[in-house]
Amino acid sequence: MPGARAWQDPVEAVALPVLALAGALLAFGVFVWFAGASPLDAWALLFKGAFGDAFSWQNTLQRAAPLMLTALAVALPAQAGLTVIGGEGALVLGALACAALPYALPGLQGMAGAVLMLVVAAAAGAVWVALAGWLRQQRGVNETISSLLLGYIAIALFKHFVEGPLRDPASLNKPSTRPVAESLRIGGIPWGGAVTDVHWGLVIGVVLCLVAGVWLSFTASGFALRVVGGNVRAARLVGLPTLGLILTACALGGAGAGLAGGIEVLAVHTSANASLIAGLGYTGILVSFVARHNPWAIPPVAVLFGGFGAAGSLLQRRLDLPDASVLVLQGFAFVLILAAEAGRGRLLAARAPKPVVAPPPPADPNAPPPPIHASAVAN
Amino acid sequence: MELNAILDVGIAVLGGAVRVGTPFLFVSLAECLTEKSGRINLGLEGVLVLAAMAGFAGSYLSGSPWVGVLAAGASGALLALLHGLLCSLPRVSDVATGIALMLFGAGLAFFLGKPLIQPQAPQVPALALGGWSSSPAVQSALAINALFPIGVALAGLLHWGLANTRWGLIVRMVGDSADAARALGYSVNGVRIAATTAGGFIAGLGGASLSLFYPGSWNEGLSSGQGLIAVALVIFARWRPLACLGAALLFGGAGALGPALQSVGVTGGYYLFNAVPYALTLLILVLTCSPNRSLKGAPAELGVQR
Repeated sequence: MPGARAWQDPVEAVALPVLALAGALLAFGVFVWFAGASPLDAWALLFKGAFGDAFSWQNTLQRAAPLMLTALAVALPAQAGLTVIGGEGALVLGALACAALPYALPGLQGMAGAVLMLVVAAAAGAVWVALAGWLRQQRGVNETISSLLLGYIAIALFKHFVEGPLRDPASLNKPSTRPVAESLRIGGIPWGGAVTDVHWGLVIGVVLCLVAGVWLSFTASGFALRVVGGNVRAARLVGLPTLGLILTACALGGAGAGLAGGIEVLAVHTSANASLIAGLGYTGILVSFVARHNPWAIPPVAVLFGGFGAAGSLLQRRLDLPDASVLVLQGFAFVLILAAEAGRGRLLAARAPKPVVAPPPPADPNAPPPPIHASAVAN
Repeated sequence: MELNAILDVGIAVLGGAVRVGTPFLFVSLAECLTEKSGRINLGLEGVLVLAAMAGFAGSYLSGSPWVGVLAAGASGALLALLHGLLCSLPRVSDVATGIALMLFGAGLAFFLGKPLIQPQAPQVPALALGGWSSSPAVQSALAINALFPIGVALAGLLHWGLANTRWGLIVRMVGDSADAARALGYSVNGVRIAATTAGGFIAGLGGASLSLFYPGSWNEGLSSGQGLIAVALVIFARWRPLACLGAALLFGGAGALGPALQSVGVTGGYYLFNAVPYALTLLILVLTCSPNRSLKGAPAELGVQR
């Protein structure tokens, strides 16, 4: 019946990930206990390091900004039915393109220059992920494998250029490109009279996620994309341009990741170097899966995972745990989120009302036996 | 380049084919077995890293490299068991689970392996096949990993076993037609979990080769995509174990090209040469896959190409 699961589905959509994350925190507590620290301390520090005070909030939001964009790089192709995980490569190439543009156009200044650099960064990322989508549609290559391979190739290209032709001679210990000009940098968002550490990239991230959500939920082309993702045969039967839609989704997702790389260069590192290869793309994969590839849910999930990352250094300092402990927590979260999918439709099982069956009339020896109707058989 | 340098690079690449190719060999055999049963395990990358750490720890703590090898295999089997169990739940995607275990295995390995970065652990012995030569370069290039012959034997065993034994038939049946297997009374999930776990053990041996022979130490950059390249290798080898051996040697040679060229003084483009295995893998995938027909030899239950 159409209305039978009206409220169960949305409640499950929120309840299952929440349960999975709670389970991951629990598993992490047990893990930490085996490692010799107190789980209660760990949980308290996780909360404090993520959301405890203004400083940790800034840390959290700063980390959440690129995650929103790299999560889009997984979510948008996923809405088209592809599992693309090359966000790390797209981010890195976007950063490279952004940092390399001043070499080609030395006179770049101000807001216009920054916008141009971000556009170039987005374009670089878009091309890279669209390539994985194209290979899948035209050559049948599994897009998960190809996007990951392209990611490794992108990192190799990045390292080659940053340590080679584009290297800043003044950067001796840590090879990087020339720092971008002051006027091109993205500053912090002012709050309460002072300029915070949180840069405008956060706003760009939130806005793009909302735009993606609007596009997917309320426009015809977004709906067409979701049809392609849901049942590609049906989409072809109806005459939708599947190749164009898939390439568009991959390009837009890749543009998001490339943009994240450009923003990291302009707002955080001010040049392209190895600190950009920090696993932001991989965490973005996790954010997208937890948000069930839904752009509306990506910003809060990104803030949550930004919080975990921010708390990681606190765990390291106070409880003497390695900084990889956050990776372990993320791993538990990912595994449990996937396992929770199995509970979909079963957690809040709606039961259809039983059909009402009239009791059989008392047997009359003179009347002929009643014919057997299928509908009279009690179920 | 003069002739001597070319010869040096050639020998280094040959030696490197075995040295770098050993992990590829084990992981591709593991993935071959798993995929023959109809499941794709992308988490072997995480298995490789976790097993490398466990092998190093086992060898360091016990003093014997072979204990380390066993520890590596066991840890690989455990992580792959987790993959198998997760995938047997309804509505769980194989690919997503593989990605999750890739990250989980790496996270666990980095966490538990922090104290292991500095110390040295007893290494797997090398078989000095280059003793006939007086040149130290040739000798070192032909010092083969003792795990490599084990890998070759495993390839042969898998080839014979899949074709000629009852277990091999059951695995292939589950991979080609789950309905037929169910009709005969075999548990499809059970066989797939067993195949995945066995694959995890084999891949664990490959991890041991990484940390206990070459490069021979534990650090966080030990594996970078080898597990994934091995998954692609299986497609290239059309799911035949003996072809996996050849493909692993080919890719090992490609991976050894960078360091080999560096050793004769060609330093430009170091990262580009290191990207050759990935580019080669991508090229091979592009050339061998087709969107219209399924690949010859692909287990029918495998959802690798659409």
